[in-house]
Amino acid sequence: MEALLLQVLNGLDKGGAYALIALGLTLVFGTLGVVNFAHGALFMLGAFVAVSVEKVLTISSKVRDESITFFEAYKETPYLEIWWGDTGSAIIDWSVPISIIIAIPIMLAVGIAMERGLIKYFYKREHADQILVTFGLAIVIGEIIKANFGANAIPQAAPEIVAGSVDIGAAIGLDGVVYPWWRMIYLAFSLSIIGGVFAFLHMTTFGMVVRAGMHDRETVGLLGINIEKRFTIVFGLAAVVAGLAGVMYTPILPPDYNMGMDFLVLSFLVVVVGGMGSLGGAVAAGFLLGILQSFSSMTAVKEVIPGIDQVIIYLVAVAILLFRPRGLFGKD
Amino acid sequence: MKIIELSTSKRDLLILVVFSVIVLIAPLWGSLIGAGYPDLLQKFAIFGLFAVGYNILFGLTGYLSFGHAAFLGVGSYVAVWSFKLFTMNALPAIAFSIVFSGIFALAIGFLCLRRTGIYFSILTLAFAQMSYKLAYSVLTPITNGETGLFVLKDDPRVIDGALGIASAENPLASLFGITLNGYEGFYFCAVVLILGFWLSMKIFRSPFGMKLVAIKTNQTRMEYTGFNHRPYLLAAFVISGMYAGLAGALLAVVDPTAGAERMVWTASGEVVLMTILGGLGTMFGPLIGAATIKYMENIFSGINDTLLGTWFDFLPQALTDLLVTIVSPFVGSGWHLTLGLTFMMIMIFLPGGMVEGAQKIKAKFFNKNNTTEKLESEQLEKDGAA
Repeated sequence: MEALLLQVLNGLDKGGAYALIALGLTLVFGTLGVVNFAHGALFMLGAFVAVSVEKVLTISSKVRDESITFFEAYKETPYLEIWWGDTGSAIIDWSVPISIIIAIPIMLAVGIAMERGLIKYFYKREHADQILVTFGLAIVIGEIIKANFGANAIPQAAPEIVAGSVDIGAAIGLDGVVYPWWRMIYLAFSLSIIGGVFAFLHMTTFGMVVRAGMHDRETVGLLGINIEKRFTIVFGLAAVVAGLAGVMYTPILPPDYNMGMDFLVLSFLVVVVGGMGSLGGAVAAGFLLGILQSFSSMTAVKEVIPGIDQVIIYLVAVAILLFRPRGLFGKD
Repeated sequence: MKIIELSTSKRDLLILVVFSVIVLIAPLWGSLIGAGYPDLLQKFAIFGLFAVGYNILFGLTGYLSFGHAAFLGVGSYVAVWSFKLFTMNALPAIAFSIVFSGIFALAIGFLCLRRTGIYFSILTLAFAQMSYKLAYSVLTPITNGETGLFVLKDDPRVIDGALGIASAENPLASLFGITLNGYEGFYFCAVVLILGFWLSMKIFRSPFGMKLVAIKTNQTRMEYTGFNHRPYLLAAFVISGMYAGLAGALLAVVDPTAGAERMVWTASGEVVLMTILGGLGTMFGPLIGAATIKYMENIFSGINDTLLGTWFDFLPQALTDLLVTIVSPFVGSGWHLTLGLTFMMIMIFLPGGMVEGAQKIKAKFFNKNNTTEKLESEQLEKDGAA
């Protein structure tokens, strides 16, 4: 029982990341009809916004180390600490949450630039062409990051107050269900972002127009609404969602330039399982596959079917594609 | 009609002869462009073959597979196992590889070809990633996991043992006593490449190839005429899978190892890049693309700042430094950036690849003739109408 609960929890935070990326992918596919292989790169870019923010906050100067008296020792101290003392160190400690605020405008700009600069010209081309050009773009973005940050993963720390774990089991009378705080926060964060996106699409006039455009782009255009402009903003929104997923994921998985490619493939499978163009399906499938993956990595399961933890997501996706190609929640 | 057919087959023969000569004298022209060493030439031939085979699927039928590296990996593993169990002779290894990768491609193709478009791409991607992950984890007894599969001195090699061929310290693949490394290895790959190219040319010219192109052009219309396209697509898939297996076997022939990293999905992406860069659906395009990418990989990644500095040395110091700073992110370890950018440019401006580019340039030079011909023919039509 404890083990099962723990696996569900383990699956949920990974599922949250899958769901957020898949949500953006589906949004872009549903509105613009574009298959975006560079979406994983946006997730990775978000993670590197967090890395850059931390780097900027910890710009340091050499300061005499007073604790060592018998020779002249120097230590690197961030300017923020020199100027503001404890407040400064607190700001550095909270660099990942701070990155969220900075990542929103950056990712929005990146997304809009990408749509206006490249994707726009590929609406009328075949899906294969879209896949290939965005695959090229993903390589380029990855290489730019590699050139600036190196090829090694760069670990990021969560704020100290939530660095530990929480004993969830104690609250509901079970033993040994200990779960890191940050993963709980990630789950809550991804749920609120998903809620935000759905609220935006269903409760605002803008969202209404976008949904109408998803159904029948031509009619909406004939009504005198500039649907293309709104779809551009939707692309920006998808980039922000992917970027935020990346920012918050950094304390869980140290980002490297290749993480986008890994997550891209899995998120595509999530989209397929949920049903191409179905937003709710993408979210549900994201969590579902996350949980399935963590269940299949339990020792008891691995003993029965060796290697299942490596391939479970692919297997599910293949089965769905072959037997229910419109996906679990897709409409025909 | 008969005369035209004859001239086509004669032209094809000419193309094949010219192609063979170009491939066989590769060490000569290779040394002119700084590629005159066997390792690189082997790669030209092997990846050229891989791309030629891939082109039969993607170029002719338009089905974008993101999983062909899996067949390449299977080919490598099978070849190395043939080296380990039977003999260091390259021919059985190649034969086994083609058979096994063909069976593998038949199974995967049968399932994947139930879907079209992006769903087909994702299915092939999923199968290839599954093979890659399994090769790394549970299949370790067969694939030797992360270490990769090697040929050892104490491997059984029953056929070699029966023939009384002694096992060397670091066994290398051979062809009836000729050790296949260095230039011998290259010439072996070159001969296989020429055979593979000849077969691909035959397929291009055959009714089978025409049917594949017809499927690409309008699958629905083919269905309306009561034509069952599935067997043809599956045949194209299996043939291209066998080409990939053969390329994998050749990789193992020139260097008897195999590793799972050959199967990762970005490796499949590389063969797509090669095919598109050269010219999708053309006979020579994939070869040109493969050679270009492997050339860039070797030459560009070898350039460093010091070398760049000597190139721009004739300029004033400040300008030299500026140029080095601008160029250096694109060379050395950053050559993938150049690759990605080139590929994007090709996709945006020149979807037909380098072959289309060459045709456009050619058309520009001979434009004048074409327009006069057109005018003349229009004039003739008018006269006829009158």
